[in-house]
Amino acid sequence: MSALTSLEFCHRLVRRQLVLAVRRPIEIGNPLLFFTMVVALFPLGLGPEPDQLADFAPGVLWIIALLSNLLTSDAVFRGDYDDGSLEQLLLSPQPLYLSVLAYIAAHWVITGLLLALVAPLFAVMLNLPGQAIGTLVVSLLLGTAILSLLGCIGAALTVGLKRGGMLISLLILPLYMPVLIFGSAAVKAAVLGNPALPYLAILGAMLCLAVALAPFAIAAGLRISIDA
Amino acid sequence: MSSEDARLLVADKLSLNRGGRQLFTGLSFAVTGGDLIQIEGENGAGKTSLIRILAGLSRYGFEGSVSRTAAILYLGHQCAVKGMLSPRENLAWHVSGRGHYSTEQIDGALEKVGLYGYEDVPSHALSAGQHRRVNLARLYLSDCPLWLLDEPFTAIDKAGVSDQEALFVSHVRGGGAIMLTSHQALDVDYPLRALNLTNTGGDA
Repeated sequence: MSALTSLEFCHRLVRRQLVLAVRRPIEIGNPLLFFTMVVALFPLGLGPEPDQLADFAPGVLWIIALLSNLLTSDAVFRGDYDDGSLEQLLLSPQPLYLSVLAYIAAHWVITGLLLALVAPLFAVMLNLPGQAIGTLVVSLLLGTAILSLLGCIGAALTVGLKRGGMLISLLILPLYMPVLIFGSAAVKAAVLGNPALPYLAILGAMLCLAVALAPFAIAAGLRISIDA
Repeated sequence: MSSEDARLLVADKLSLNRGGRQLFTGLSFAVTGGDLIQIEGENGAGKTSLIRILAGLSRYGFEGSVSRTAAILYLGHQCAVKGMLSPRENLAWHVSGRGHYSTEQIDGALEKVGLYGYEDVPSHALSAGQHRRVNLARLYLSDCPLWLLDEPFTAIDKAGVSDQEALFVSHVRGGGAIMLTSHQALDVDYPLRALNLTNTGGDA
């Protein structure tokens, strides 16, 4: 046996979470399926006029990304709580801050990253102008990472509850608002041909803040949930 | 080494009140290398609560203090085995983050708990007892001096129990210490300390 550094441990956790996700493809598929369904429903509800759809597209795409993140964040710690792995994680000598970041990184890869990569397809379905697609992808890449970090705070606080899903929404939605506002504003700016970089920079700043602070809240939430 | 240095864990005046019922009060004891301690008490006496306090999982809601000077291996009621991972992966990527084990070490530990040939089978195809055994394989891999085991014999067959008892004795002979809860009497050729939670208040 050789000693394990914190980074090796994080690498191991990310790999474990990704293997677990790949072996249950439904977990990866669900958010994408949700995204597809809702995008397909909007033209039916709003009417199929291309110009009108293009007006709504930035907001619609961002709201769906937010909701699909909300749907999946409940599951991040749930399985590990149910089978006792979470207890073992809390007793581990490794820094919980980094372990939590590893969990979130894995969650982001299977939700936010995938969503950002397939978003151009949905953007075309909603007739979003071509010049805004790059901005949409970048804003989703940054924004979904923030959403994952924030969503995990709610997940950590409610993991001890049998039905925590609704409570997560109540706890976390107010924190999601700024991300939604600046994310969709960036895409709208790109649609109008205005510079989107200021909005993206604010999203980047929010991401830095979330990476720095959210893991502390998540770690504390997990300790409280395990203690209860 | 003085006896102060050999202490792996010291509990000082632990008191726990759950739902208006006083489970134990003024519980003080020290665990040193070579101790094999069985926590006794009927259902609801607070055995699991005590182990969780000692392990550091329960940090609030009790009085007294616990000082830990040694690395602790805790095995709880739940076995922390992922159904979608094979036994080998479960041990190699274990979230307890204690060390890096080679495949040979892991296969050796799995062989010792009677899971030879099951290394690559998805764990959800294993029985409840085999799940527990995957978890128990961590005892063979661990280098933690102090083991806190909550009902380690649950769902384990007779041969498995006697293998574990032999492992416990070799661990405490090697200078380690074990605290366990079990309703089963331990059949070991080693002096057993008993910590009884039904008549608390005094020193164990």
